[in-house]
This record gives sequence, structure tokens and C-alpha cells, in this order.
Amino acid sequence: MEDEKKLAEFQTRLKNGESIEPKDWMPERYRKQLVRMISQHAHSEIVGMLPEGNWITRAPNLRRKMALLAKVQDEAGHGLYLYSAAETLGVDRESMINDLLSGKAKYSSIFNYPTLTWADIGVIGWLVDGAAIVNQTMLAKSSYGPYSRANLRICREENFHKKQGYEIVATLANGTDAQRKMIQESVNRWWWPSLMMFGPTDKDSPNSAELTKWKVKIHSNDDLRQRFVDLTVPQAKAVNITFPDPDLKFNEETGHWEFGEIDWNEFYRVIKGYGPMNRERMNARKKAHEDGRWVREAAEAYAKKKKVLHEN
Amino acid sequence: MTKTTEDQWPMWEVFLQSKQGAPHEHAGSLHAPDAEMAIQNARDVYSRRNEAISIWVVRSEDIISTSPSDAGPFFDPATDKIFRYPKFYSIPKGVRGV
Repeated sequence: MEDEKKLAEFQTRLKNGESIEPKDWMPERYRKQLVRMISQHAHSEIVGMLPEGNWITRAPNLRRKMALLAKVQDEAGHGLYLYSAAETLGVDRESMINDLLSGKAKYSSIFNYPTLTWADIGVIGWLVDGAAIVNQTMLAKSSYGPYSRANLRICREENFHKKQGYEIVATLANGTDAQRKMIQESVNRWWWPSLMMFGPTDKDSPNSAELTKWKVKIHSNDDLRQRFVDLTVPQAKAVNITFPDPDLKFNEETGHWEFGEIDWNEFYRVIKGYGPMNRERMNARKKAHEDGRWVREAAEAYAKKKKVLHEN
Repeated sequence: MTKTTEDQWPMWEVFLQSKQGAPHEHAGSLHAPDAEMAIQNARDVYSRRNEAISIWVVRSEDIISTSPSDAGPFFDPATDKIFRYPKFYSIPKGVRGV
């Protein structure tokens, strides 16, 4: 009875556009869905460092190398903002990280594709970060205060990611025949997986209805996907790049770009762990965690030693 | 070796001052084994683009806050005191600078 009254109050607060803060009463489902969503988002940032980190030592010049290093460092930062946002809901970071390393937790399927050429670094910045910005701009308005603030901070930084990516794309697109071929080939590989980043279509999305009810999400997967396509097609045209979709055409009446059917079988295959790089990513993540163990232990030993010195 | 919640590094709340004369504002939190590392991590996590000229870190467990459930009665005393605002008072027309 008490809970029903609280639930009604909670829903009124959401309706009035109020922001929910960590100590406020919240329904258990709200907390659960947020923990699931925020920790998946955090894991995606961390695993997302791997495909790009792969090219840091092979960047074509110092300017590109500095930019890529800074970008990958930002992704680590984004992971940390998000882990701490999730921690305000009563889960600890250690257990979230354990869930990632044990394979229990999911992360964005896009990071299970390989970065085969330098062009992929440009395309990831342009398409993958571009899609992430569309999603995160919405999440910056989500009902949970700490999550919304983390996304706001992330969006401010992602704009540099997208722009540096598009600069690489434009440079290659205006380059030699071999460079043009390389960038087009890369776009062909990344276009569809980028569209899949927005998640299943509305009628097949298991969590969307609930997340929308809680105002964690305020636009549907399909709406966000459409926004991304509308934004991106003119950017491709500007540098004479095409997308691998014969059905892509502008609808004068709706003012939107219509696109072909997404291969959802591929999406589910990758989510379930059978993408080209799932195993590789997890192994790299585990190795990084293990290789960093001595640093964590040294920091702890130093902190303990100082504490003892301070007490005596 | 899996760490339990009890021996996880303590959590710190991070406050940034963005420019001279501005107040320190809450930016987020992080884990660190001691204060020195908390300050260094705070710089790397929350000020990669000159967001801060000064940083405070405070152990999260040392922060005492009001609780949302008592917020109503706790802040009540201030809600009916409109005489604390200049608008409550009337003065003769035409007088300036009061």
C-alpha cells in the first residue's frame, strides 16, 4: 500500500520532468533497469578502447597519433563517469567489472568488429561515435540525475571524436585512388553495424517500453536510428562516399532518408558472442586487467605504508 | 582473487573550481587508495581539458547530507517567511536607491 502511494508520487515526479537523485525513493525495476543499462554503457566505453587502441602505434603521423591517444583516453574517462553513476544505485564497481570479465555482462555489439585498416579509425569516429552522440544526447536528458550528468559530460567530449574521425574520412576520400578505395571499403563494412547500434526495432526491443515509461529513454530506437541516417547521408555525399544500401532514398514527403532492411540475424549472432572479435576482445580485456594488477597492488601497498608512517 | 566490497578502494567525491572566484562544484566520484592518488585521478578523469584550476576530494563516507524523505519538514521553516525578501516591503513612490 505504502509502495503504491510512493510509486504514484514517483510517476508524478517523472511526469513533471523532475530529476531523480540517488537517495530518492525509486521503484526496484527502475533501479534494476538503470543498473543494467548504465553498466552496459560503461563496459562499452571500456571495450571500445580496444579496436582503436589497435592503431595507436600505427597512426600515419604524429598529429593523428596524438588525437587517437587523446580519444582513447577519453573513452576510459567515459567508462569511469558511467561506473560511478551506476555505483550511486548501490552496485560496486568491482562486481560490475567482474561481470564484464566473466562474460555475464553485455556491451555494445559494434566493438566486436575488427579494425582492419587505418580508414576504420576515421569511420569509427564518424559513424560509431556519431551514432553514440545521437543516443547520448537523448540520455543526457534521462530522468536519473547522475546518468544524465555523465552523458552531458560525455557528449561535450565526443564532438571532438566525431570531428577528428570525419577529418580522416575526408582526407582519405580526397586522396589517391588507393586511399579512396580504402575508405569506401571501410564504410561498406561499418555502415550496417553502426545502424544496429541503436538496438532492435521498436516492436522487438525487450526493454524499450519500460525505459520509456521511466523516462530513461525519451525517443525510440527507430526514431534515433532515423535521426542518425538523416544526419549522416549528407555528410557522406559531401565527400563522395556511398553507403552499401540500394534502398537508400530520400522521401520528399516525409523529409527523411529511407533505408533498407537491417540484417537482425547478424545483430543477434554478434550479441550472443559469435561476432568476429568477441573472444579476442574479452581476452584482451582480461589480459589488461591482469597486467594492471601489480600497479593496483603497488598503489595499495604505498597507501598502507604512508598511513602507518602517518600514525606513528 | 576477487575483491569483496569491504576491501575495495574507498570512494571519493570530486569538486572542481572552474575559474578564479568561482565556487567548487561537485563533478563526480572515483575510487583511489589514498588522498594523493585521488587528487591525481580526479585531474585525469575530470579535468582533461582545463575544467579546473583547483580540485577538492572528500571521502564519500565523510559527507553528511539531508535525506529526501525528511526534506519537506526540514526545509519548511523557510517557506513561510516572505518578510525575508525585499519585495515584502513598500516604500513611498518616487524614492530611489532603497
